[in-house]
Amino acid sequence: MTARGYVLFAVMALVLAAVGAFQSWQLALTILNMSLISAIMALGVNMQWGFAGLFNVGVMGFTAVGGLAVVLVAQPPVPDAWAAGGPGALLGLLLGVASILAAVLVYKRLPKGRLRGLAVFGVLVVGYFITSAVFGPATQAIEAVNPASEGYLGGLGLPVVLAWPVGALFAAAVAWAVGKVSLGLRSDYLAIATLGISEIVIAVLKFEGWMSRGVNNVTGIDRPVTRPVDLQAAPWVQSLADTLGWDVQQAASVVSGLGYAGLFALVLGALIWLSERAWNSPWGRMMRAIRDNEVSARAMGKDVTQRHLAIFVLGSALCGLAGAMMVSMDGQLTPGSYEPLRFTFLIWVMVIVGGSGNNWGAVLGGFIVWFLWVQVEPAGRWFMELVTSGMADTSDLKAHLLSSASYMRLLTMGVALLLMLRFAPRGLIPER
Amino acid sequence: MDFLNALVTLSNFMLVPALAYGSQLALGALGITLIYSILRFAHFAHGDTMALGTAAVIGATFLLQGAGIGIAPLPTALLAVPFGVVAMVLYLLAADRLVYRYYRRVRAKPMIFVMASLGVMFVTNGITRLFMGVGETRFEDGARFVFNVRDFRDFTGLAEGLALRNAQAITIVTALIVMVALFWFLNRTRAGKSMRAYSDNEDLALLSGINPERVVTITWVITGILLVLAGTLYGLDKGFRAFNYFQLLLPMFAAAILGGLGNPLGAIVGAYVVALAEMGVTFAWRRVAGHLLPEGLEPSGMVQLLPVDYKFAVTFMILVIVLLFRPTGIFKGKVL
Repeated sequence: MTARGYVLFAVMALVLAAVGAFQSWQLALTILNMSLISAIMALGVNMQWGFAGLFNVGVMGFTAVGGLAVVLVAQPPVPDAWAAGGPGALLGLLLGVASILAAVLVYKRLPKGRLRGLAVFGVLVVGYFITSAVFGPATQAIEAVNPASEGYLGGLGLPVVLAWPVGALFAAAVAWAVGKVSLGLRSDYLAIATLGISEIVIAVLKFEGWMSRGVNNVTGIDRPVTRPVDLQAAPWVQSLADTLGWDVQQAASVVSGLGYAGLFALVLGALIWLSERAWNSPWGRMMRAIRDNEVSARAMGKDVTQRHLAIFVLGSALCGLAGAMMVSMDGQLTPGSYEPLRFTFLIWVMVIVGGSGNNWGAVLGGFIVWFLWVQVEPAGRWFMELVTSGMADTSDLKAHLLSSASYMRLLTMGVALLLMLRFAPRGLIPER
Repeated sequence: MDFLNALVTLSNFMLVPALAYGSQLALGALGITLIYSILRFAHFAHGDTMALGTAAVIGATFLLQGAGIGIAPLPTALLAVPFGVVAMVLYLLAADRLVYRYYRRVRAKPMIFVMASLGVMFVTNGITRLFMGVGETRFEDGARFVFNVRDFRDFTGLAEGLALRNAQAITIVTALIVMVALFWFLNRTRAGKSMRAYSDNEDLALLSGINPERVVTITWVITGILLVLAGTLYGLDKGFRAFNYFQLLLPMFAAAILGGLGNPLGAIVGAYVVALAEMGVTFAWRRVAGHLLPEGLEPSGMVQLLPVDYKFAVTFMILVIVLLFRPTGIFKGKVL
């Protein structure tokens, strides 16, 4: 990292400290923790865009798949639901996969022609009906088990931290399928395909209640750090609160936040180290060579599509990891809260603002943009109040403008993205 | 067996809505395909610009309604469309001057354009929400039906009914007129021909004295008209919610790619295929099957292939199939 990078990170730390001193330490830690997670997502996107020039607009989908992993790994299993339809649901999934594989097999074995098309279609239709005959009743039975609090299969009841790598694996699997289809074609196609898959992942999370409880949300997921409520009872937290002159509640939530910050910083640190190593390795040079001139890289014997696939999977895995970490910090999976603007496009702003092609830049972008995202809302309200101060209090327009102040941040982010792209396309910490 | 009743049910619940939805998609996909063939990038701000255009139309509609001006039984929004068009054409041209023109001059990679269009999308989205919020706004007025289920049943004496909503009829008719006008423009006028020339071979077009900036301007103007019409018709049909417009991006892209990016006719065909597939796969075929199958064999379930929530999955599957087997689309779009 250059001197400029150190200065920027120091400024960021000061700003966060200022938030702690003037607003509250809880807020500062909340921003810090989400920044750490965002930084991991930004690292993933930077890998795809900065290393390889791949345009992924499905970050939200990979994040959400990672979040699902937390539910499937850490939640306790629901025995009644398993008894009601567990085997049926699993068998249904297997049948679905099997019919797709059968179709692929038929496609590969038969000679080209109308017969092949019909055979593939037939296999898929038959497979669909068999699958839904098994799958439908099983999932309905599961969703009928105690629907107010359960109605899903639950997870494996394993430690929640284990869900993080699993989340990365899930995202990697989805990314592999998407990449396999759309890489090797025009670059726009990957963008459109990822846009689609992310919408579908969210639809699956919302609709497949037997798996994720859908829009009923899974709450109360085991957390990797003791909850503030439980911390309040601990004597050392109480004595800490006394020494600092805070109330116990505040001290407990700060301690808990620090715990998360430590865990996340550990993960982020390891990832940065790995990414830097990768960037400086022969592999990193190869990726940049492919990015800068695909044709000559191909002439040197590099399999461009395979390399793109690999790095696309890797970057998406980071997004999945971050998604899992986020869900385990919140302690809940809320499929309704995934919005592309927040989870996909904001990450892109982070990468562009921070500096694409520079790991430290992406991380810094994660911090700055998340900070702005949180703080622009009150600023927007203040701005709207300023604008509307001349209007009568009863004016509809004034009420409307005040209520829509929170959308100011979309505007701000868009303007920031456009300005950076135009005047400093290399970002705050440019690629070396 | 009751073929007529089956057909009527099918039309009422699937064919007519799909035709209307397909027309809305077609107008959107035409814009995407035009931008693609002239400016050569995937315009991600399309959905949100449609939303903003519709918002402008809604604003004008409310003003007109407030002034007591209307064209009942047609919705007032049709009268407001020109205001929306002017606003959006100015907006798009401003976006072009402020954002895209620079990248054209430095001959940036297509991905940079896409990124810039993301920025424009963000800004547009923010502006739309500033005006409209995130809730649903309905702005349809005038008569609701051209003919409703009861009229149809009384008239034909069939057991099943068919309704044609005003919004659907207007959508289909408008889309037809616009498409014909667009093809006339592209094939018969000098400006349209210069657009096609520019799209086919940029260098040759420049050589023969076609002004690229003029071509680009015309493209944005046409896109603006298509956008506002598509958005308004969609809003009349289904109500206005900013987020739904963003979600239209995927079916519109799928339609444009399916037909072959850069091919206007392909975009239209693609749009109707996507709409029919989306509706067909998520449609509950029970009643239709009940009429068609012999007595005693009526299905007990809904006979719905996929729940409605998965309509994007259908679009996506179409996209995947096209990408796997025929990346240039049905009508061989641009060399991709």
